[in-house]
Amino acid sequence: MYFYTYDGSFEGLLTVVFEAYERKAWPTAIEQEHLAQPSMFGENIRVVTDEQKASRVWQGLQRKLSAAALESLYYTYLWEQAGFERLIFDYARLVFDSAESVEGNYTAPFILQVQQIYKQVHREKHRMEAFVRFQKTADGLFYASVSPDFNVLPLIVRHFEKRYADQRWAIYDTIRRYGVYYDLKKTDFVQLENPGLTPKQQGVLKASEYDENETKYQLLWQVYFDNVNIPERKNPKLHLRHIPKRYWKYLSEKQPRLH
Amino acid sequence: MDSKISDKLKILADAAKYDVSCSSSGGKRKNDNKGLGNAEGMGICHSYTEDGRCVSLLKILLTNFCIFDCAYCVTRKSNDVQRAAFTVQEVVDLTINFYRRNYIEGLFLSSGIFKNADYTMERLVRVAKKLRQEHKFNGYIHLKTIPGASDELIKEAGLYADRLSVNIELPSEKSLQSLAPEKNYGEILVPMGSIKDQLVQAKEESKLFKSTPKFAPAGQSTQLIVGATAESDQQILQLSDQLYKGYSLKRVYYSGYVPISTDSRLSIITEPPIIRENRIYQADWLMRFYGFDVKEIVDEQHPNLDLDIDPKLSWALRNRHAFPVEINTADYEMILRVPGIGVKSAKKIVSARRFAPLQFDHLRQMGVVLKRAKYFITCQTRSLQRQDFDSEQLRRKILFGDGSVRSALLTQQLDLFRQVG
Repeated sequence: MYFYTYDGSFEGLLTVVFEAYERKAWPTAIEQEHLAQPSMFGENIRVVTDEQKASRVWQGLQRKLSAAALESLYYTYLWEQAGFERLIFDYARLVFDSAESVEGNYTAPFILQVQQIYKQVHREKHRMEAFVRFQKTADGLFYASVSPDFNVLPLIVRHFEKRYADQRWAIYDTIRRYGVYYDLKKTDFVQLENPGLTPKQQGVLKASEYDENETKYQLLWQVYFDNVNIPERKNPKLHLRHIPKRYWKYLSEKQPRLH
Repeated sequence: MDSKISDKLKILADAAKYDVSCSSSGGKRKNDNKGLGNAEGMGICHSYTEDGRCVSLLKILLTNFCIFDCAYCVTRKSNDVQRAAFTVQEVVDLTINFYRRNYIEGLFLSSGIFKNADYTMERLVRVAKKLRQEHKFNGYIHLKTIPGASDELIKEAGLYADRLSVNIELPSEKSLQSLAPEKNYGEILVPMGSIKDQLVQAKEESKLFKSTPKFAPAGQSTQLIVGATAESDQQILQLSDQLYKGYSLKRVYYSGYVPISTDSRLSIITEPPIIRENRIYQADWLMRFYGFDVKEIVDEQHPNLDLDIDPKLSWALRNRHAFPVEINTADYEMILRVPGIGVKSAKKIVSARRFAPLQFDHLRQMGVVLKRAKYFITCQTRSLQRQDFDSEQLRRKILFGDGSVRSALLTQQLDLFRQVG
């Protein structure tokens, strides 16, 4: 029995794949270092992330998989739900051990599962692209905070860079406690940790920090939202299916009326 | 001043809401000038109204002053409503500020007709031009083409807009004549045809010269009102079919008539025909994505769609001789015709069966709705049903039996009837 631990990074996980193949020691479990409980039985293997090993594994996968399948594997990493390491490992092993392409073999349970995870993560990514509401601050920054179900911040950066090339913007993930900040040239990952604040207050701006016109546009948006509705066609079920309640907190049109 | 803008927005959003299109997809406009916005690829719904429709664009009228008197239209001259008009700059400011906050994908601008068609169209074009040229705006712009506007203006509109649309309004010329005396099919089809020609021409030229200016890269669409006049679904779908084929439209939108008017020229209804509208959309999908010909969906014997079941199931029940379909060997086109199998699961089936013979369990995991599909398929010649049913029995089983619940839409509509009664 082999118990692997790694640092939680995607490269770290790929290094685990490399080490397992080198040792021909197939993992019983793969866990992140800070979460793992050392086991009394079997062997504990602490894998140190190695960029070269990781990129050899990735290149090996690239030779046998399409860009879309590689993307699904990365999405599975960002999915972060229990067992994702195992799933990525099993998928990679099936790819390396098969002479022919396994892509599209939805009769293999974990290939179908990775595909379904891709769909879940993709939907959350799409929802963030839709439901992020920027608020303009007094110094001209467009700021939004989010708490997505999966770790999709790395996936939405490109979208917002292309869209808002001429304004500074930042999106902060209040669950994972990091954000992305675009400064008109490039986007960086940032920590906004303020030691004077409780976890709930991190990344929340005060009313006085907003641009003077911010409230006006939130109000106009609410006016718009209220007046495009056709009461004769009211359909609350359909409405909720499209915007589940847990997303309402982002949406200025779903907040108490300002007017 | 702010309360003035907010009052105008109230009136002019309210007047624009019966135009159902809110699509922002299919654009190809990239942000390559370090400007604001990007309209390539998929559309995004930034919110949903309480009636469940997508809110993707700032959809407003420039003004609801109108010299026409179309019976079905809330903005008609004879209707006693508050009137308002935005300035060009006000529309530009709203669009930019909403876009910067990620509320919208862009602007859908339409208008009542004031003075004359060209005068109105010229204003619409000016908004789009200002957004593109002064604000380097690359978001989505959908402009409504005013019937009767000159060719030059339509051509200019296409340079700035991603999509153009002319509403055909009603499913037959006769209805249009009786409800919209100032309009006629000719005036609507001419600009539609001219947009189509421009689209074709721009496409041809862009093959030769890379620098050819884009013309409405997301194509053109139209809308017609369902339920305000007496046409059958067959007439409606045949018209759509002609529009798709003859004018290469991207979309035909159907708007279930909401009784907003007590005009005596209209048929009297109390509820918008929501289920009928939904069935027509399903039929439209069958024509565009499922390889169905309009004649297979509606014909002289069945001029109207069945409201209780979807048109694909309806077709299957009328064509039992085509079933059962063997999942492991049938063509993709035929698998797509099985009730309970959509485009995504059909593709998965065709992909997966290259690796292993498929069982019913595989299908379930891939997302096939077996409680419908099971009557129409076999897996390795095995079937999930032990006896044969005739079409009428099947229809009842799928609608009520085997623990299947009635369509949510149907239940909702029945509730509405009860409330009215």
